[in-house]
Amino acid sequence: MSWLTDFVRPRIQALVGKKDVPENLWRRCPSCDQMLFHRELSENFYVCHHCDHQMRISATQRLEMLFDDGEYERVEIPKKAIDPLKFRDTKKYSDRLREAQTKSNELEAIVVATGLLGGLPVVIAAFDFDFMGGSMGQAVGEGLTISANIANEKKAALITIPASGGARMQEGMLSLIQMPRTVIAVEQVRESGLPYIVLLTNPTTGGVTASFAMLGDIHIAEPGALVGFAGRRVIEDTIREELPEDFQRAERMLEHGLIDMVVARRELRDTLIRIISLLIKKTPDDIEKKNFSSKLNEEAEKNFSDIANEDKTIIG
Amino acid sequence: MRHFLEFEKTIADLESKIEELRHLSDGDGISIAEEVGKLQNQVNKQLKQTYERLTPWQRVQVARHPNRPHSSDYIKNLITDFTPLAGDRAYAEDRAIIAGIGRFRGWSTIIIGHEKGVDTDGRIVHNFGMARPEGYRKAQRVMELADRFQLPIITFIDTPGAYPGAGAEERGQAESIAETIRSCMSVRVPFISVVIGEGGSGGAIALAAANTVLMLEHSVYSVISPEGCASILWRDSDKSLAAAEALKITASDLLGFSIIDRIIYEPLGGAHRDTKKITSIVGDALDEELYELRKLDGDTLKKHRREKFLNMGRANLI
Repeated sequence: MSWLTDFVRPRIQALVGKKDVPENLWRRCPSCDQMLFHRELSENFYVCHHCDHQMRISATQRLEMLFDDGEYERVEIPKKAIDPLKFRDTKKYSDRLREAQTKSNELEAIVVATGLLGGLPVVIAAFDFDFMGGSMGQAVGEGLTISANIANEKKAALITIPASGGARMQEGMLSLIQMPRTVIAVEQVRESGLPYIVLLTNPTTGGVTASFAMLGDIHIAEPGALVGFAGRRVIEDTIREELPEDFQRAERMLEHGLIDMVVARRELRDTLIRIISLLIKKTPDDIEKKNFSSKLNEEAEKNFSDIANEDKTIIG
Repeated sequence: MRHFLEFEKTIADLESKIEELRHLSDGDGISIAEEVGKLQNQVNKQLKQTYERLTPWQRVQVARHPNRPHSSDYIKNLITDFTPLAGDRAYAEDRAIIAGIGRFRGWSTIIIGHEKGVDTDGRIVHNFGMARPEGYRKAQRVMELADRFQLPIITFIDTPGAYPGAGAEERGQAESIAETIRSCMSVRVPFISVVIGEGGSGGAIALAAANTVLMLEHSVYSVISPEGCASILWRDSDKSLAAAEALKITASDLLGFSIIDRIIYEPLGGAHRDTKKITSIVGDALDEELYELRKLDGDTLKKHRREKFLNMGRANLI
């Protein structure tokens, strides 16, 4: 034991750089139970080398994976959602919220950020499933409408990355009305002629699927992601039948025509860049123009810093 | 056959006494009539007391009452020349949502409503008001028709929720609801919804993203059924009563949050005791609201609807 802790571990830490080494160097794949070396796992986009299982990752990990050089600017969304219903089940909702905030180090189940993707300006709204199951309440709805507004005003593409169990019950009808609210938000992006892309990750269900998440110009899903409206158990209880293993899985949804493509995590960034570029750079000239992206970059950067400042003043 | 709810036992007893007396009316006519009158007064008093202070869970039961007027009752009593329209033009006709054109007080109008069905056969035909994607796609098609001919839209909301079936999932239940909400947000015509019974989650709001949302006094409108909420959050389906309280699903709660615009008060003892009366009250309310909306042009109506929803609930954010 002492040999391991005194000798091997320090050597490994020296090797990979102390700062980046998590407490636990190894992680067990929840799907195939193989032990995976943490650094290899992170290099492989948190996909298991043995069974290709796509591990759950946080919203910020998503953003780092997608934006150019992993650089982005976070957009503030309303800081606190109060507990409008004074909801209490076995626990108070306000306590559940606080716990989720402590656990995740995020204020809500969504992170909105702006930056460049393949040199093109984009706004990304990514869900954190670990924050109360990525459920959509008022703050999440607000995050989505803000991301759409920024995309609109600054002529950027919008990418949403849902990972959610659906509406947040603890906010009652105030969560259900986020469905029409987010539908309007993404519709306005589409009406501006800007690309709106949905990256469906595991799982995307309920009121989230039945609103902004099914209205993309392009629907991309991660392999094996569960995408549906009703929960498996509810359906099985209704039809009194056992559902097949791959029910509501991305590959099956592809067969049923509900998504455009299933894309492995390592290919996501390139795929998104290609699609957005195809939708924005429409002429041979656009591609030829060396300055096309850099000019847009400058504008985008200026615009983004403007909007970030504006937002701060609005939200205070 | 009248159906009594579990909290209506006293009322049920009194009414059965009245029935008995009426059967005996061959004898001493006058004294029986007097007795019936007295009992009827007691019934009315009981009804008033009970229905004045219904708990949220009792309201859920009233909202689901088998005799509660359905969309078809409102159409029968309020719409002339009603011409039903069928099918989504792609896959099937879903009778959980009925749709058509007719005249409301003289005006050509598009009507869309969830229909639960009245008897066992009807309930099966209408799938208990639980729509599949085809029902929502029919609604989209009919909304587009309204937009093209500039006809106002009235929707009647009464569903436990969208149908949770395997086929419904694979034919895009979520997509069909999302697209229907988008249709609601795109039409440039007056659009009014009335929650007449159960407003069950996404399946309900798909037809209720309207300029004006009216709600019957004893209707409920919720993000999830109290039973569903209880089994998820309390892990105990017997906690439906507590869930019904916590979810704030009654008309007065929702008016307080500005999620609905107006409460329509029901006749004594609930809408299910007087279909004719409630349909005419709803008719008058619709007439008043449509009169207001007709003053606005199409683009303003669309903008009004979008802004109304975008601003909804914002006051609760810090």
